[in-house]
Amino acid sequence: MNYEIIGISVLWLFLYGYLIVASVDFGAGFYAYYAKVTKKDHIMNQLISRYLSPVWEVTNVFFVFFFVGIVGFFPDSAYYYGTALLVPGSIAIILLAIRGSFYAFENYGSKQSNLYMFLYGATGLLIPASLSVALTLSEGGFITEENGKVALDYLALFTSPYSWSVVFLAIVSVLFISAAFLTFYAARANDVAALKLVRKYALFWATPTIIAALTTFIALGQHNERHYQNMFNYWWMFGLSVGFFMIAMWLIYEGKRYGLAFISVMLQFFFAFFGYGVSHLPYILDPYITVYENATHESTGIALIIVFIAGLFLLIPSLILLMRLFLFDADYVKGKK
Amino acid sequence: MMDLDPVLMSRLLTTITLVFHIIFATLGVGVPLMISIAEFIGIKKKDPHYTMLARRWARGFVIPVAIGVVTGTAIGLQLSLLWPEFMQVGGNVIALPLFMEVFAFFFEAIFLGIYMYTWDRFKKPMTHWWLSLPIVIGGGMSAFFITTVNAFMNTPEGFEIGGDGFAAINPLEAMFNPATPTKVFHVLASAYLTVAAILAAIAAFGLLRKKTKEYHKKALKLTVTLTFIFAIFTAIAGDVSAKFLAEYQPEKLAAGEWHFETEGNADLILFGWLNEGNEPEGVIRLPGLLSFLAYSDFNAEVTGLEEFPEAERPPLWIHYMFDLMVTIGVFLLGISFLYLLLSKLKRWNENNKFMLWMLVLSGPLAMLAIEFGWIYAEEGRQPWILRGYMTVEEAATTSPYVGWMFVLFLLLYIALGVIGAVVLRKVFKNNPVEDELEKKYPTIEKGDK
Repeated sequence: MNYEIIGISVLWLFLYGYLIVASVDFGAGFYAYYAKVTKKDHIMNQLISRYLSPVWEVTNVFFVFFFVGIVGFFPDSAYYYGTALLVPGSIAIILLAIRGSFYAFENYGSKQSNLYMFLYGATGLLIPASLSVALTLSEGGFITEENGKVALDYLALFTSPYSWSVVFLAIVSVLFISAAFLTFYAARANDVAALKLVRKYALFWATPTIIAALTTFIALGQHNERHYQNMFNYWWMFGLSVGFFMIAMWLIYEGKRYGLAFISVMLQFFFAFFGYGVSHLPYILDPYITVYENATHESTGIALIIVFIAGLFLLIPSLILLMRLFLFDADYVKGKK
Repeated sequence: MMDLDPVLMSRLLTTITLVFHIIFATLGVGVPLMISIAEFIGIKKKDPHYTMLARRWARGFVIPVAIGVVTGTAIGLQLSLLWPEFMQVGGNVIALPLFMEVFAFFFEAIFLGIYMYTWDRFKKPMTHWWLSLPIVIGGGMSAFFITTVNAFMNTPEGFEIGGDGFAAINPLEAMFNPATPTKVFHVLASAYLTVAAILAAIAAFGLLRKKTKEYHKKALKLTVTLTFIFAIFTAIAGDVSAKFLAEYQPEKLAAGEWHFETEGNADLILFGWLNEGNEPEGVIRLPGLLSFLAYSDFNAEVTGLEEFPEAERPPLWIHYMFDLMVTIGVFLLGISFLYLLLSKLKRWNENNKFMLWMLVLSGPLAMLAIEFGWIYAEEGRQPWILRGYMTVEEAATTSPYVGWMFVLFLLLYIALGVIGAVVLRKVFKNNPVEDELEKKYPTIEKGDK
């Protein structure tokens, strides 16, 4: 395997990691606010803040990792995406900034500000929407280059059924993944009241998630014929994705093995995400950037991969420690520590 | 004109982001070390005052960390959003340190979360202290890696120019370019100095308001000692930086010192202003000292600004930045030395009003010196973004919306700064140290106030 493919696979893996941890985080923020509005916060908030407080910073790093990595492996993406994404990218940064800092303000500073909670909840849904623009752009047709000037065609973007279905898919997926995780976490904490509530959310958001996935698939077929056809070559990945979705739904519906259910949700998104990704190749940005033609120099690419492996030796034990202390420590989850 | 506007706005937006981020980045590098030292002393001396100090610093630290993380994410993305052509070319070379910086940050983030939420979870207090080390190391490594990126932009090395941009890239050579050692040394030393000075200012302020004397006195003694130590390191770092500049970036040193003509036995110029003929007036001249600063030799020849084409000269106002930075540095060294001297002499009370006010002042001044130093370093390499290879103008985005983004980010930073300060104040106001000490350590005598 050559370094370009290793590079894009690693990056894709990190984007997937971000998809999962950020969804849990973003969705939880929304549910926390929703619980407050519907006066159920006494049930939810303890659970959510115990999980989120130690990990919110880590979530952010997955994202930084991805965009630093993609510019490193494929510097041309900085040129095209950088120019085209100035506005949506800046908006995403501002939302992330509001969200991250206001989480700290709310939890360590003044107690219980409604405004902070609202901003925290609302940005949780707006960030996935604004970040998903980057994925939409990658299909091509929205970025133009004339006389060496790159520009984003906003009219095309806002009138495209494809871009709206991606936004919709991003939001409902966040709510679904998050609810599935919180169901597992509430079950671990033996928090029956919270479990009842979040399990209901998980069951509810499953349907729009699968509908959104289908409409996005169809809209992609109209937008990028090549990518759409390519996806059929990897039909088994999408098949597995649907299979894991059904396992997850069955387990949650039956009310047992919530841990396995969440793993199934993770696998559902894993196969869908990688099926989408692999059929997107060789393009990173259709038609301007491909993995082979626009990769960085070999020496840099190999250095990045070496650092990446060394970094994993550092990160994986640390992450395991973090999870053992906060995620899988039954006493901590139950609020005894 | 349409092309120039995004350039100016990109520069301004990058400036406000960095000026704002540097405050929190400096705290992020320095505070963990101070927390770790205080906790260690607390455990070794079995003195709850120091443990409480570590706890309260850690608690206050969370708010700046949050702002630091989000503004750091902002500058990380803005590199590509505002300077796409720079990243397209330079990205090939600086991707490695940027990537490593993220790893260091990751490491720090994981252990910060663990450290903050495990204060009372371990049987042995030392177990918890060990968890502070990865945060200190992660913070230091982040600073190291990101500084190598900036060093590369000042003295680009580790590549050859090929047909289409850079070729024959050696990422390690690029990372360990000539500017790296002095820059890293200066950045780390001054970050630790600044944080020690700020924490000293807080303790001094507490003493002035006559609160929990014992606690604040210990805090002050510790932080001023650290200020003194790191002020010495920073002074040494400043000296080697000047020698580096003389050799590799003479135009930056020359502009900072208003040194126009190449000559031996060059004077060091302090303060003053420029008249209409660009002649320095009202200055203090220290004969031969610039030669000494640059080459450790009073008669050495120092390159003047006239040797450089007019289009490649940095602006002359950076002289003020240089002066302010150095003056504050000397002030910090002097004031911390005076405090330690007084504390050794039995006849004097080192905690007198004058001393305390000077120490209160030294905290914000130290942070200002960081800003002045960075402005000097960055403006001093104008007009280049990659010195000798790419100008700032060639690198900026062509998007016409940068002006709007500037307004948005300015509002964001104002909001984050103001609300952050208010929240931080509340954290400590609603939970004064005397209450917390009493609750946590009822054995401490009441007369301790």
